[in-house]
Amino acid sequence: MTHPLQSTEPVARPWAAPHLKLAQIPLLWQFAVIIAAGIALSALWGGALRWPDIWVIPLASWITTFFEWLGNDAGIGGYEFRDLTRFLADLLKQPLRWAEYVLYRGVRPLDLPPVPWVAIVIGVGILGHWAGGRKLAFFAAGGLLYLAVFGLWRDSMRTLAIVVVAVPFAVVIGLWLGIWAEKSRRAASVVSPMFDLMQATPHMAYLVPVVILFGFGQVPALIATVVFAMPPMARCVMLALQTVPSAITEAGKMSGCTPRQLLWKVQIPAGKRILMLGVNQVVMQTLAMAVIASLVGATGLGQKLLTSLQQLKLGAAVEQGLGIVMIAVVLDRITQAWANRPTDYAARGRSWAYRHRHALSFGAVLVVSVLLAGIFKEVSVLPKGMTVTFGTQLDDAVRWFAKETYGVIQPVRDFITVNMLIPLRNFFLAVPWPIVVAMVGAAGLRLAGRGTAMLCMGLVLAIVLFGFWEPAVLTVYLVLSAVIICICIGVPIGIWAFRSPRVARPIMAICDTLQTFPSFIYLIPVIMLLKVGDLANIVAILAYATVPAIRYTYLGLKRIPDVTIEAAITNGATPMQRLLKVELPVALPEIMLGINQTIMMALSMVAITALIGSRDLGQEIYRALPTADTGRGILAGLAIAAIGIVADRLIQGWANTRKKQLGVK
Amino acid sequence: MNSDVKIRCRNLWKLFGPQPEAFLQEHGGHPTSEALDEGGYIGAVRDVSFDVHDGEILVIMGLSGSGKSTLIRCISRLNDPTAGQMDFDGKDLLNATDAELIEIRRHKMGMVFQNFGLLPNRDVLSNVLFPLEMQGMARDEREAKAREMIELVGLTGREADFPAQLSGGQQQRVGIARSLAVDPDVWFLDEPFSALDPLIRAEMQDEFIRLQKVLKKTIVFITHDFEEAIKLADRIGIMKDGQMVQLDTPENIVLNPVNDYVAEFARNAPLDRIVTVGAIMLPEKGAESSQSIDASDLIGDVARQVLSSEVPFAVAHGGKIVGSVGREQMLDGLYGPEGQ
Ligand SMILES: Nc1ncnc2c1ncn2[C@@H]1O[C@H](COP(=O)(O)OP(=O)(O)OP(=O)(O)O)[C@@H](O)[C@H]1O
Ligand SMILES: [Mg+2]
Repeated sequence: MTHPLQSTEPVARPWAAPHLKLAQIPLLWQFAVIIAAGIALSALWGGALRWPDIWVIPLASWITTFFEWLGNDAGIGGYEFRDLTRFLADLLKQPLRWAEYVLYRGVRPLDLPPVPWVAIVIGVGILGHWAGGRKLAFFAAGGLLYLAVFGLWRDSMRTLAIVVVAVPFAVVIGLWLGIWAEKSRRAASVVSPMFDLMQATPHMAYLVPVVILFGFGQVPALIATVVFAMPPMARCVMLALQTVPSAITEAGKMSGCTPRQLLWKVQIPAGKRILMLGVNQVVMQTLAMAVIASLVGATGLGQKLLTSLQQLKLGAAVEQGLGIVMIAVVLDRITQAWANRPTDYAARGRSWAYRHRHALSFGAVLVVSVLLAGIFKEVSVLPKGMTVTFGTQLDDAVRWFAKETYGVIQPVRDFITVNMLIPLRNFFLAVPWPIVVAMVGAAGLRLAGRGTAMLCMGLVLAIVLFGFWEPAVLTVYLVLSAVIICICIGVPIGIWAFRSPRVARPIMAICDTLQTFPSFIYLIPVIMLLKVGDLANIVAILAYATVPAIRYTYLGLKRIPDVTIEAAITNGATPMQRLLKVELPVALPEIMLGINQTIMMALSMVAITALIGSRDLGQEIYRALPTADTGRGILAGLAIAAIGIVADRLIQGWANTRKKQLGVK
Repeated sequence: MNSDVKIRCRNLWKLFGPQPEAFLQEHGGHPTSEALDEGGYIGAVRDVSFDVHDGEILVIMGLSGSGKSTLIRCISRLNDPTAGQMDFDGKDLLNATDAELIEIRRHKMGMVFQNFGLLPNRDVLSNVLFPLEMQGMARDEREAKAREMIELVGLTGREADFPAQLSGGQQQRVGIARSLAVDPDVWFLDEPFSALDPLIRAEMQDEFIRLQKVLKKTIVFITHDFEEAIKLADRIGIMKDGQMVQLDTPENIVLNPVNDYVAEFARNAPLDRIVTVGAIMLPEKGAESSQSIDASDLIGDVARQVLSSEVPFAVAHGGKIVGSVGREQMLDGLYGPEGQ
């Protein structure tokens, strides 16, 4: 029986006919016109090339002054703002101090020793077993053993103490923010763009205001860490709540849940997996931040690594870097396994002792190791004599390697720098800003509509007006060069993985692992091989940001429906034709999202490469740190975020339109 | 007000779209289909009025998207109706406060979902006792009650299993047990068996009939399947594009469909299980036979008797002879009138 479907075909709009609309002019033509007009304009007015200094809005110095005032004089009725920050710092200092007591210092007030390192190593192994089984147990314990044996224990525990304390704070605050944003439309409309901005702002920029308000040391690092790690958690909470199947929510309602019961007894447990992924993200972000916070005087592995890098003790740097990698990978694997941990059906109905076997065995290990520590000091703290280091040998090796290869690398580096990078950089610097503003606007209008166009133009214009044009251009130049190379490397690898399932597994595993490394790590090999300069920056970015290009290419290709590929085969396409005419075009939106990710990661790496010298926005942030030039640091960070947001909106807009055309979701 | 009316709906509307209330007012509370289309609104429920009587099974049918789910979701207030009136036990349901609503759901309503809606993190027992836990019932008491329900649906021994470990049919048994745990007055079932394969479905239908014999609840049951409807229904409501086209006994739906849409639903209906002798008999009493059959007998039950007899049967009703049935009427009854 036919059932008349109501047709909702749009009626032709009569008003579209008379004059030519902007949307009907090809984008390239628009660009051509814009470029011509821009060049003409810059010939007439020098300000189009370089915004006159006297016209720069001194927002940076206003912000700096504001923060100085906040840090020194602000207050209401006898209470100074400084008291508040001091109170906050004291509040956070307590749990941090206790974590340090337990992990490596020993409880000073009670005159107790710290938990013996042996117990921590085995304890992490037990945690690994609880979360993911035997393999993870050995892996986790092995990772920690490395830290002990290579004499990195104290510094590792310092870093870990920040993680251990920051994670619960960030998780709890993120949870509440996420719930709140999910409950109220209005809250979401405020919080969501704020999270966008926060997530696009590089780590280092968070340190700048924190230093002014809280000074140097562990606690400011902790605060920056919590603030930085919170948005991903809140995001995951929102996602988790949104993806709870409506049948489950409704079953809860029909069971007579009050709103509170519905949230805590139904929705949160049902969204647990995504929430746990949020926790995983928080842990990883926390570690990354704890490492970078060495720039504001946080002690730990990050600080050791920083010093080694500054003194060019590359052997030690490699060992410390590996230590950070160990912590990162172990934390990542354990939290991921925890998120995916299946319900332990087998434990049902078993004895209490069996169900609590992990906790019990840790208790036993703790008691035994503490007793042993009373007799053998080595159990408590591994003495220096028993640790090994290959620092000097490694150093020599690295030095030898660098010397041997430098003969080859240097000419290549210089050639690329002189013949390609410098001309490219000069070209970028010569582009008048009005052209960029107009092109971004035209592209935004075409790809994602009026709102996006206005936003993107506004952001670019703000960079000009607040006096960050030149470093911003240099940033874009570095990022763009790196991203193009990322694409040239990442996309073929993704295709390769797609074509041969045998290599797909190891490649994806390597990608997973690489993604857990804090960005700092990637500086080590770069400094080793390339010393400093633009190419070094680009390679560092490259090393960090290629993974998403590989991963999304692979996933995008894999997601193509089988029938599409089969149709291409039966139509007689050669493998090459199939790739170029069918697979890549269909997967392109997904690949573009990967490139989007690559750009985001490249931007966040730009800030880090400031450590090996650059003239971009990252350098602005880096220089703001010791000089307490808060405004400059914050604005430079926000400028990086702005570049990221513009790129993101344009690419997403394109990908969405394209996906709609292709009919994939 | 009729005392045996459990739920009373009058002029119920539910529109989906940007500003449903304002839109409904603009169109004088009664927009046409064209107006709805033009405004970009979906009329999921349109001007529906009906009663659900105490202890009856009301089955609602209709094509996909005809608004069946939305209708019972309005009654259970999972969706807020855009306009209309709704009474539950004589009390206004539409203006119930949140607290009252929670109270009603805790004690008077139970609902079974098409895709079960089980809480994945809880085992069978704690899924079933969940509504009782929400009420704040003591642990021992709610566990005892939940075990009772689990036994009722035949899942004893699986209390400690998790939903993911159960088959579809078993999961739906859990859903049924959960919805019955609070001993509700009214029981809503939204296509409870349509996610199950045919054999299990038949088994669950029998199970359901057995349960209803024990429980005697007021039931609103949604299904796509006309055979299922006939098997279960006291009355059937047929919906189309958000409107209730016909609400009647199965027999009347089959014999007197109000339009082609309804007739189409009933086309392949097993007439012998629906039509009664009373509906096909000739009113004159000229029967020579001394044998008589009852007017409320299903024709399928007496067909063999009537067809094998040379003479028509007398039809009795309330002790009196009211008409007669012969071979011709029986054949018409079984296969439809000649020439159709
Ligand atoms: N939350 C919603 N928002 C917008 N439209 C909705 C919503 N829920 C239902 N609808 C629309 O209302 C109409 C009726 O939907 P409903 O789910 O009640 O149909 P149904 O008869 O239960 O169909 P099915 O047999 O497929 O379950 C459909 O057109 C549907 O698209
Ligand atoms: Mg439905």
